[in-house]
Amino acid sequence: MENNKTTNILIVGVGGQGVLLASEILSETAMKAGYDVKKSEVHGMSQRGGVVTSHIKFGKKVHSPIVPYGQTDILISFEIAEALRAVDWLKKDGRLVTSKTRIVPPIATGGKFHYPDDPAADLKRKVHHLVVMDADEIARELGDVRLVNTILLGGISHSLEFAPSLWEDVIRNRVKAKFVDINLKAFARGRELAKEA
Amino acid sequence: MRRLLSGNEAVARGALEAGVKLAVGYPGTPSTEILETLAEDYRSIYSQWSPNEKVAFEVGIGASLGGGRALVTMKHVGLNVAADPFMTFAYTGVNAGFVVISADDPEMHSSQNEQDNRFFAKFAQVPFLEPSDSQEAKDMTVKAFEISEKFDTPVVLRLTTRISHSKGIVEEGQPVQLPESGFKRDMQKYVMIPANAKRRHVVVLERLQKMSKYSEATELNRVENNGSEIGIITGGIAYEYAKDNLPNADYFKIGFGFPLPLEKIRRFVASHKIALVIEELEPYYEEIINAAGIKVEGKKYFSRLGELSPYKVALGLKEAGIIKEARGAEIAPEQLFPRPPILCPGCPHRGAYMALRKLGVAVTGDIGCYTLGVLPPLEYLDSCICMGASIGNAIGIDKVRGHPKGTVAVIGDSTFLHSGITGLLDAVYNKSNVTIIILDNRVTAMTGGQQHPATGFTLMGEPTRSVNFVELAKALGVESVHEVDPYDYKGMLDTIEAEIGRPGPSVIITNRPCVLMPKRIMDRPFMVVAEDCNGCSACFRIGCPAIAPSKEMTKHNRPKAVIDPVLCTGCTLCAQVCKPEAIIPVPETAAAK
Repeated sequence: MENNKTTNILIVGVGGQGVLLASEILSETAMKAGYDVKKSEVHGMSQRGGVVTSHIKFGKKVHSPIVPYGQTDILISFEIAEALRAVDWLKKDGRLVTSKTRIVPPIATGGKFHYPDDPAADLKRKVHHLVVMDADEIARELGDVRLVNTILLGGISHSLEFAPSLWEDVIRNRVKAKFVDINLKAFARGRELAKEA
Repeated sequence: MRRLLSGNEAVARGALEAGVKLAVGYPGTPSTEILETLAEDYRSIYSQWSPNEKVAFEVGIGASLGGGRALVTMKHVGLNVAADPFMTFAYTGVNAGFVVISADDPEMHSSQNEQDNRFFAKFAQVPFLEPSDSQEAKDMTVKAFEISEKFDTPVVLRLTTRISHSKGIVEEGQPVQLPESGFKRDMQKYVMIPANAKRRHVVVLERLQKMSKYSEATELNRVENNGSEIGIITGGIAYEYAKDNLPNADYFKIGFGFPLPLEKIRRFVASHKIALVIEELEPYYEEIINAAGIKVEGKKYFSRLGELSPYKVALGLKEAGIIKEARGAEIAPEQLFPRPPILCPGCPHRGAYMALRKLGVAVTGDIGCYTLGVLPPLEYLDSCICMGASIGNAIGIDKVRGHPKGTVAVIGDSTFLHSGITGLLDAVYNKSNVTIIILDNRVTAMTGGQQHPATGFTLMGEPTRSVNFVELAKALGVESVHEVDPYDYKGMLDTIEAEIGRPGPSVIITNRPCVLMPKRIMDRPFMVVAEDCNGCSACFRIGCPAIAPSKEMTKHNRPKAVIDPVLCTGCTLCAQVCKPEAIIPVPETAAAK
């Protein structure tokens, strides 16, 4: 990664999925790696099951905290239809890591709106560098459904230059002591899985 | 130390470094986290939630009079509530420094309007400062207190959602050591009877002259010279968007926005071939600059609606002929279903809306989570104007007999305490026939779970007295006061129906706490017995995120329902509307798994 270039990352999901914690960990890791960092998201209504989008930018000097449309290097999605909603923010050779999670809102139960049948197939047509992870399943295996965000961070960690130890330091600082081990495990599983894919 | 802080966290840090003695406010997106950060991380500063912004502002004035630096926080519309003390405190001036945060919400991410409060500072003739990132938010908080004491004036620190909720790296400083000070009696200065106020108005205008000179000299208004013939005049977040697009232009960056440094701007404009103002929302800078006979353009190219973005700024620059191409495009999303915010699974407000919809009455609404009752599939709300408005609105509809079936006001606990009590008093005094439902979920939920005068705890976590809504309503003269369980659909229906038929005002108080805050409430989840489900969709229409259509269809090719056991809180409302009784509690043994 060139030193004077800004890296643009977008994290999307649904209110309550832990998007904000993931973007905190990612931003702090970038700061610890010596970059200027800005991140932005809107709180409030989004807590109530709405779409949550977090923008993260890092580089030598960052001005606007908002990632420009069509210029996202890495898109991380916690919900597969949300990946589809956000996919056009990616630049041409951008990378997408998404969880398989489906969250169908009540509004899509009325017949007026339709939740896509196979969002993964739609994504495949649009994105070359695509990783679809069954993060829910891994989280359940590890014993806590809330681990999805750390698993996804592991999943994108190959695409960034930060050493795994740097990530792990930040995770240790950011999560409660009794959850550190399981989060580190989740990060490692995500990292492993994305490597295979 | 260098830390990654949001604009709000940076303001809290700034308060510490400025030696603030008292911080006070009322929760409101995007301002809420300032006081939460103070109460959590900087406990040497006394901080409190007040019942509303007007009281908060007045408490802040008191602290200033008493010799302690005071920080008062609120969202933009909160300053409307506090406008009364604000406008007159501008006359008296301060003893110790006084800074009010106005956190504006361009784009209305979580607000009912997007008023531009820079005009409010000008209206009150007090200075405002506006940061462009977290570092400036911290630095300008400290600076604002110095300016407040230097010019004997309250100071507005204007934030916007994008500043409050974005994070950036902040270099922290050391807290200042302030000399001891206390209350000083000065009746001519602080007692605003007409004779004194007339003298103070003169002082306000003299102060304005002095501040104009300061504005010309201060580094808060800085010129960035890159040798370009394009000169951009900008401030706040718009500065960052402009820098993204035109890194090599010259900049006049405004940090001290009232009064403006017009002579410095005149020289800047004169020395550039092109001079453009880029500002979010209203043409505040543009109008003042043009009125001074300095020719600039701005809103001709940049929208007055919503937030700006790097792309919107690029589009404006393209239209102004400064750049050839605007990269990227605004969101042209996949044709997907929308995902509006929605009442949570198990939200006690749901039961009230189900009953109101069934009764077909007019429903005046208020500010809080329950405003979400307007969205599909509940779609049952007739007004939402401002904090506390539901009760006055209902009284007015009732007085002109606007709705044949009667009028019901719905208002949350925190909103009722904020500005519903006087409305209720009006209903009693003027013999209104309205029914008022206080949706008491025992927390300020919409803004993330803050304490208020009925939760039993202060912002700093101390136990305290808590208001009893039943006693309060009775004391105001309401004869018919009922507590009901919003999870009891029939009970809600019967109580509301009886009360709308009864002459005189009634108060119905729902008695279930928020399922998310302060702690997550999970009872045994429910499930759909697929063979009993007839696909009638009654449970879909209550708008619960835990209920979804199953892949399994009925013989009439309608989807059956399925309940997500992880999301379901066991509130039982769906089971109460299920005619074939297909919704039952998950059996104990299965739940244990």
